[in-house]
Amino acid sequence: MSAIDLRELSVRAGSATLVDNVTLSVEPGTWCTLIGPNGAGKTTLVETVAGLRRPSHGSIAIHGTTLSEMKDRERARKVSLVPQHPEVPVGMTVRDYVALGRTAHHGLFRAASPQDRSIVDSVLGRLSLRDFAERDVVTLSGGERQRMVLGRAMAQSTMVMVLDEPITGLDLRHQMELLELLKKEVAECGLTVLATLHDLTLAGQFADRLVLLDRGRVVLDGIAGDVVRSPALAECYGMNLRVVDVDGADVVVPVRS
Amino acid sequence: MIVAVLTVAGLCVAVVGGLVIGPTSIGTTRVVGDLFSHVGLGHSTLTSTQSTIVWTIRAPRLALGLLAGAMLSVAGGTYQGVFRNPLADPYLLGVAAGAGLGATFAIVNVGGGITTPTWAPLLAFVGAMAAVSVTWLVGGRGLRSNASTLILAGVAVSSLLTSAQTFLQQSSTNSIARVYIWLLGSLASASWHSVLLVLPYVAVCVVICVGSGRALDIMSVGEDESRSLGLPVRRVRLIVIAASSLGTAAIVSVVGLIGFVGIIVPHIVRLLVGTSYRRILPISVVFGAAFLVFADTIARTVMAPSELPLGVVTALVGAPVFVLILSLRRPAVR
Repeated sequence: MSAIDLRELSVRAGSATLVDNVTLSVEPGTWCTLIGPNGAGKTTLVETVAGLRRPSHGSIAIHGTTLSEMKDRERARKVSLVPQHPEVPVGMTVRDYVALGRTAHHGLFRAASPQDRSIVDSVLGRLSLRDFAERDVVTLSGGERQRMVLGRAMAQSTMVMVLDEPITGLDLRHQMELLELLKKEVAECGLTVLATLHDLTLAGQFADRLVLLDRGRVVLDGIAGDVVRSPALAECYGMNLRVVDVDGADVVVPVRS
Repeated sequence: MIVAVLTVAGLCVAVVGGLVIGPTSIGTTRVVGDLFSHVGLGHSTLTSTQSTIVWTIRAPRLALGLLAGAMLSVAGGTYQGVFRNPLADPYLLGVAAGAGLGATFAIVNVGGGITTPTWAPLLAFVGAMAAVSVTWLVGGRGLRSNASTLILAGVAVSSLLTSAQTFLQQSSTNSIARVYIWLLGSLASASWHSVLLVLPYVAVCVVICVGSGRALDIMSVGEDESRSLGLPVRRVRLIVIAASSLGTAAIVSVVGLIGFVGIIVPHIVRLLVGTSYRRILPISVVFGAAFLVFADTIARTVMAPSELPLGVVTALVGAPVFVLILSLRRPAVR
């Protein structure tokens, strides 16, 4: 059974079609990255999988359960989201922020159980956030903050995580660090990842599979090496792209024409 | 913890002050002694006149002040949380404008044959709830309703009803003064009857508002993110707005439009205890109750035997405090 199963999914806003008849399934324990130019529908697609938008046609199933039949709380136990521009609540500690991820497990009227607390603690440890745990979230740097947002999603203990441009605004080291942490979760915990990334090189290095979207439609879908080498990729961006092999990694370089 | 203890201590002082201070001088110890005698400790030394003054004039007024202060403050706090807007107060969605129109309708006696004391609270309550319902229907539907559309709908409904209320008030010159007195709020007409009338609404609504603290803390990360965390945002918003508005409508219908309590008390409390609504809301209940009783004690004593409108006192005290908060504004205030 697929972890994420999209069937003929379309999402419209007014008269605009943002996602157009997308069929896609992602196997459990794998990492699928959506790439494509701005306006391709990547963010809309991940938001729809996270339950924030309603499909206007088609269906989404998570581990066999149809998304539209789940209540908010049930969905949040199956799919977690790392948004592109997370809101940072002033005055909240890092620990409390990460603990928000447990909401769907303990509910609104029960206190966090010892298990909830130990999960939060273990997430803080895995993301090297223990030293910051009691600090106000606004005091964190961009990299620490993004790790904290990832921590909240990890605390949700879901089998599927969707991430919308999780490395926006991070320097190179922090970009790699965050993606490595995520890769570890995929490898060790069997997490299924659906992410959007603008950086084609990083997208190719970390994902098991790349899906190229353009104007809401799937243009290419395959293993990273094939997708980055396809002429359709360059055509989609409307520019010259070269792929250079550096120590076995595909580096995608734009070239002036 | 210290803040909670100090707030409760302040409430005790306010309660005793509310019972002791007044035109008829009755010693603090005798009033406190009388209070204890009611729970079976010691004997009361009050004369029957003094007992009447304390128990049928001052006590219901005190009780109504406590209920009004608690309700308006906690409603303001929940509104600020649910709309994530520091300027939100309990009147944001049209409660005040609707109640004002209803009460003015009763006071100028438009239909003829209706008596103000009976009808003003009733029509104010109906007007307040109708206004919020219209705001909800106008702003809460649509493709993707969010907090901003609701606020804008509230502004529109409030303006419309306020202009209707102003028209009605100006068209009947002989009742303008009474309309103004109502609009500025007062606890002068308090009786045990009015206390018992609003008590059930306030009790239920305060419990719901305080209970929403955790949901409001989650909502501080925004609507989309809280939904992704499993919070049924729209349902929470409906329940919280319904409870805040119902409680506020009940209070406003008997005491008029007491301004500023609902906006400043949660802000002061936020400065003292931080940004978590799980702390802000319960402390606002106690702080607001004490604050309003203090304000009312000022309102009925500084110009005795005449009374200052309570809304004037809360604003006179509230405005400078509010300005002070803005000037000391730390990241904690948002």
